[in-house]
Amino acid sequence: MASVDIRDISMAFAGKNDLPFVALDGINLSVKDGEFVCLIGHSGCGKSTLLNLIAGLLLPTKGTVVCGGTPVKAPGPDRAMVFQSHALLPWMTCVENVSLGIRQAFRGRLSKAEMQEKAEQALKLVHLDHAIHKYPYEISGGMKQRVGIARALATEPRVLLLDEPFGALDALTRSSLQDELIRVIEKTKSTVVMVTHDIDEAILLADRVVMMTNGPEARIGDVMDVSLDRPRDRIELASNAHYGEYRRQLLDFLYRKQLARAETGA
Amino acid sequence: MRRELTRPWVASVLLLIAFLAIWQFLTAATGGPTANVDPEYARLAGQSASQEKTGAIPTPVAVAKRGYELLINAFDSSNPNNLGIAWHLLYSLGRVMLGYILAVLVAVPLGFALGLMPKLYQSLNPFIQILRPVSPLAWMPLALYVFRDSSVSTIFIIFICAIWPMLINTAVGAAGVRPEWVNVSRVFGVGRLEHVARIVFPASMPMIMTGMRISIGIAWFVIVAAEMVGAQSGIGYFIWNEWNNLQIASMIVAIVLIGIIGLALDVGLSWTASRLSFRE
Repeated sequence: MASVDIRDISMAFAGKNDLPFVALDGINLSVKDGEFVCLIGHSGCGKSTLLNLIAGLLLPTKGTVVCGGTPVKAPGPDRAMVFQSHALLPWMTCVENVSLGIRQAFRGRLSKAEMQEKAEQALKLVHLDHAIHKYPYEISGGMKQRVGIARALATEPRVLLLDEPFGALDALTRSSLQDELIRVIEKTKSTVVMVTHDIDEAILLADRVVMMTNGPEARIGDVMDVSLDRPRDRIELASNAHYGEYRRQLLDFLYRKQLARAETGA
Repeated sequence: MRRELTRPWVASVLLLIAFLAIWQFLTAATGGPTANVDPEYARLAGQSASQEKTGAIPTPVAVAKRGYELLINAFDSSNPNNLGIAWHLLYSLGRVMLGYILAVLVAVPLGFALGLMPKLYQSLNPFIQILRPVSPLAWMPLALYVFRDSSVSTIFIIFICAIWPMLINTAVGAAGVRPEWVNVSRVFGVGRLEHVARIVFPASMPMIMTGMRISIGIAWFVIVAAEMVGAQSGIGYFIWNEWNNLQIASMIVAIVLIGIIGLALDVGLSWTASRLSFRE
């Protein structure tokens, strides 16, 4: 069964002079249960818009998103999101930030103590045992993003949506968070849709990489299967025989086909 | 030594000393018309009336002396027509606090309503924009006519001048919660009431506190003028009364005290703001 079914989605925003700005045009995509899909493309290609459509933060002008058999009309507890800018609430401690989502998702099903326990468990899962009662300003950027991941996972969503979650981090922190994510997803078996502009990140994490053409009127240009067993180890991956070919495919799409298209204005 | 001199506080002290020296030099040298004070009046008005050159700008030393006299008798209430200066300050502070608290109680909830309901904001905005620039003192005669009580009128004046910065700041703060925080709230399904209480309120706290600081400054500004026009007590009344008695030294002492209390109010609110506002 498909976790997420994107059926013929188009998205237009109100642009200048009342002319609609068409960000996405005719997107079809099906994400299987437990699958990890990366959306990759140049900035401004509407990949974040697509993620927001799945989240229900935006509603498409045409087409539907179906999640777990029901059409998406608004955000819901079956979909959780990790934001690019961590988006922790600075007036709440880490555990309070995580609890915010849990309280809504498990209202009436869990006691207060159980919710607290769940929030602390989620933070322990991302190795933040020591920062449970700290405020976001007291911890580093990488740790903040770990809290963001814990907050999203703690609600036990059917689908985890990641919007360039490691984009703002330095390379070393990014690697350690990617490893962390691999480990956590291996435990929770979550379905993941992740937006990224990092080719290596996509190959390391994804079962399928969805390549989007440049906007406006962005569409899915190509889809590449990464047929390597998950979880993957970044060092083994570097010496894998297929790795270079995956990279070449993605680079070819992003820098030959898409840049050429952007430059000619076609 | 050179390093010592470049410290800002050292420069402040030096500037103060220079200022006092020039003041002393100018006032002591030129003096003023020696007052022909009726000895009987001098007895009634106190010693200062006959000793000082009334009408001239007094020397800083004379002001300091007068300040000392006023401060040691600050809480004197033996003569109800000549209360100690502390009582006047307390009257003023009391009126400011009452009017200000009333303004907070109206401005903050109303500001939230305006910030969260753009249509309500748009429909009330013309009234706010017309009432906001009106000098609070323009209300004074009307207030006196309506309330028929000078204290109530001054409290109303404080209320009407303190409300606008807080109202507008709260509305702007509540309307301008960062989109990412609003998205967090939406993605995790936070209910309307909890959204206001746990996200909008703390997010707009810095803006609310800024509004409150602006308002307390304006309120402390306005109380002096309001009391000059229509009160029988308070620091504004005190200054006007001393002016009528040509007690220039007392007026200068009162001006300094007003400044110090205004500063204290601002520092207090700024400290509260830093405690209540989130850190990033």
